[in-house]
Amino acid sequence: MTEPLSSSEVAQQIGEQLPDAVTGSDESTVFVRSESLLDVARFLKQNLDFDYLISITAVDFLDHFDVIYHLRSIKNNYSVVLRTRCDNRGSPRVPSVVSLWQGADFQEREIYDLMGITFEGHPNMKRIVLWEGYEGHPLRKDFHLDVPGGGKAT
Amino acid sequence: MCQGAGRQLSSETMTLDTEPVVINMGPQHPSTHGVFRMRVTFDGEVILDLEPIFGYLHRGIEKLAEHKTYLQNMPYTDRLDYLASMSNNMAYAMAVEKLAGIEVPERAEYIRVIMAELMRISSHLVGVGALFNDMGAFMTPFLYMYREREKILDLFEMVCGQRLTYNYMRFGGVSHDLPEEFIPTLKRFIDEMPGYIDEYDQLLAENEIVLARSKGVGILPADKAINASVSGPVLRGSGVKWDLRKNNPYSIYDRFDFDIPTGTVGDVYDRYRVRVEEMRQSVRIVRQAMEQLPEGEVRTKVPTPLKPPPGEAYVCIEAPKGELGFYLVSDGSAKPYRFKIRAPCLINLTMLRDMVVGWMLADAIVTLGSIDICMGEVDR
Amino acid sequence: MEIEKPYVLSDFDKTEAEQIEALMAAAKEPYPDPVAWLEEEIERNVLLTTTEHLIGWAKRFSVWPNTFFPACCAFEVISAAASRFDFSRFGMEVLRPSPRQADLMLVAGTVTWKLAPALRRIYDQMPEPKWVIAMGACAISGGAFRGSYSVVPGINRIVPVDVYVPGCPPRPEGLIHGFMTLHRKVAKDKLLKKD
Repeated sequence: MTEPLSSSEVAQQIGEQLPDAVTGSDESTVFVRSESLLDVARFLKQNLDFDYLISITAVDFLDHFDVIYHLRSIKNNYSVVLRTRCDNRGSPRVPSVVSLWQGADFQEREIYDLMGITFEGHPNMKRIVLWEGYEGHPLRKDFHLDVPGGGKAT
Repeated sequence: MCQGAGRQLSSETMTLDTEPVVINMGPQHPSTHGVFRMRVTFDGEVILDLEPIFGYLHRGIEKLAEHKTYLQNMPYTDRLDYLASMSNNMAYAMAVEKLAGIEVPERAEYIRVIMAELMRISSHLVGVGALFNDMGAFMTPFLYMYREREKILDLFEMVCGQRLTYNYMRFGGVSHDLPEEFIPTLKRFIDEMPGYIDEYDQLLAENEIVLARSKGVGILPADKAINASVSGPVLRGSGVKWDLRKNNPYSIYDRFDFDIPTGTVGDVYDRYRVRVEEMRQSVRIVRQAMEQLPEGEVRTKVPTPLKPPPGEAYVCIEAPKGELGFYLVSDGSAKPYRFKIRAPCLINLTMLRDMVVGWMLADAIVTLGSIDICMGEVDR
Repeated sequence: MEIEKPYVLSDFDKTEAEQIEALMAAAKEPYPDPVAWLEEEIERNVLLTTTEHLIGWAKRFSVWPNTFFPACCAFEVISAAASRFDFSRFGMEVLRPSPRQADLMLVAGTVTWKLAPALRRIYDQMPEPKWVIAMGACAISGGAFRGSYSVVPGINRIVPVDVYVPGCPPRPEGLIHGFMTLHRKVAKDKLLKKD
């Protein structure tokens, strides 16, 4: 059974090595500052054996974006959730974790394509499912679809 | 082998300059398993670089789902990995049940497991059949395997009326109970299936051409596989004994007795063997589920439209292609705020380039076939 | 490993993107369906000469489909080609991936704007006479995904369609009925002027 690690303990361990990186924790998630994301991820991979990145998600909360990382340790069979916040709606930027987990490659490109969040340090930051030069980022809440309840067409 | 912008080939009489050439394969191509495109740079027949391009089936399911209620999104999940619709339905239903705190009756859990495992057999039949198409066994293994798949599709049609995109699972159970003739037909199928799998092995497993084209080709070492977030038969083919049904059991899988086949080297042959052995294990699980099937209700009553409390839930299951996950964020209304799909086929493609660089064109086709992608899931 | 590529691949991306945008702008109205043959059949009660009858019979039982299989309907085509439903009985098992060798473009699945230039190019590469079947709700009108930002609302915006086969996905028997409808059209093809 994959045990979700206690996020307060994980937050404490991260805090000992990297003070100021963690901004809080609730029952399942550790919240980190986006500038220290790469250091926290490296700590988790090297010290706590989180060798498997399950998925990266981004959610648009109208005034900010949240980027959520689900991590797992195959060796020890436990999991944790990392969450970082991105307030700059005009040009949101978050460090890329491709150098630690190669599985982040296509997922980060897709988030860039559909949400518009740029991942700094990604070797190939370009659109993946839509074509080059497409205007807009469809998964954002201010991109309207031509369907009932979708608002005006863009 | 790969030395930059070209080589000079010399013989006694002359010297030739060569230059790498870029060739486009797809999106319409018989062997790209759907509308998948690869831009490959060749030096002669040897691959120097491969760039996968997809998005040709990007239908915007995640965006459309935000405009429809939770139940209206169930048919969208069918059309993700359209060869394993029951598994997609199950994962989505489980995610919404976790979000809204809905319990599922016993009989419904058993029915879900039976459907999911039949779906795994059906998906692997197509996956293995298509792999043999790529290897050059033109249509014979594929048509043999399709014969069994039609029997499974008959069982599904008996239950929900559809052959391909079922829309069968509901929040709190399944939509209809099993008809009377389902269990006898299923029993006949389960008794015959191991014989058919042996027949395929007799024809194919020791075949010289299959061995020559698949042993040692497309090797994926275990540490790279874990680092690339690969899952499913591709990960198990590389020797990593990781299956969500055993390592993180969901639904009632902890009640069944089955093994997890793994490969050793991580080549195309190992992935093929893992899929065939998984079919045998699925037959075991279905037999046990059929014997233990209790009576009872098949669906808990839930309000319509369903309005889960604000919160979020992430649920992942072992779908035939890998680890399929749904991440749902609810804001308390009848429509999801964020509907995110963790697509296994998309992430399994991460390693395609590294597996084929330095090999030849034909090996790239076979390697792509062994990853077993389904474009509906890659692009969503 | 450093590879000096002979072309800059991002230029290809830009060219393709321009083609997609141009096609989106041009495809605002659907092509009219070529239905002239149905009205003529009803009005004139057409009688064929023996030669034309023979040629029509030969043509309609050797239509070679081109496989253009974006999505789920593809598996119902494959089921129709497999041993249970077997459209080889109608002479159509010769599925040619190359459009140069095909008569019929069988579009089975959702077509997106990114795929649309490829669809048009394959249609243009097919030699005359050629026909198109739109299979499944997504090819007919966009289906369950109509209104999405990337889905073509029906392939008749891009190519003229001869037969529409509804369903999501249509059963193999439904597809075979679509083929038989097309065969009636193919048999009468010689008498009518092609637009």
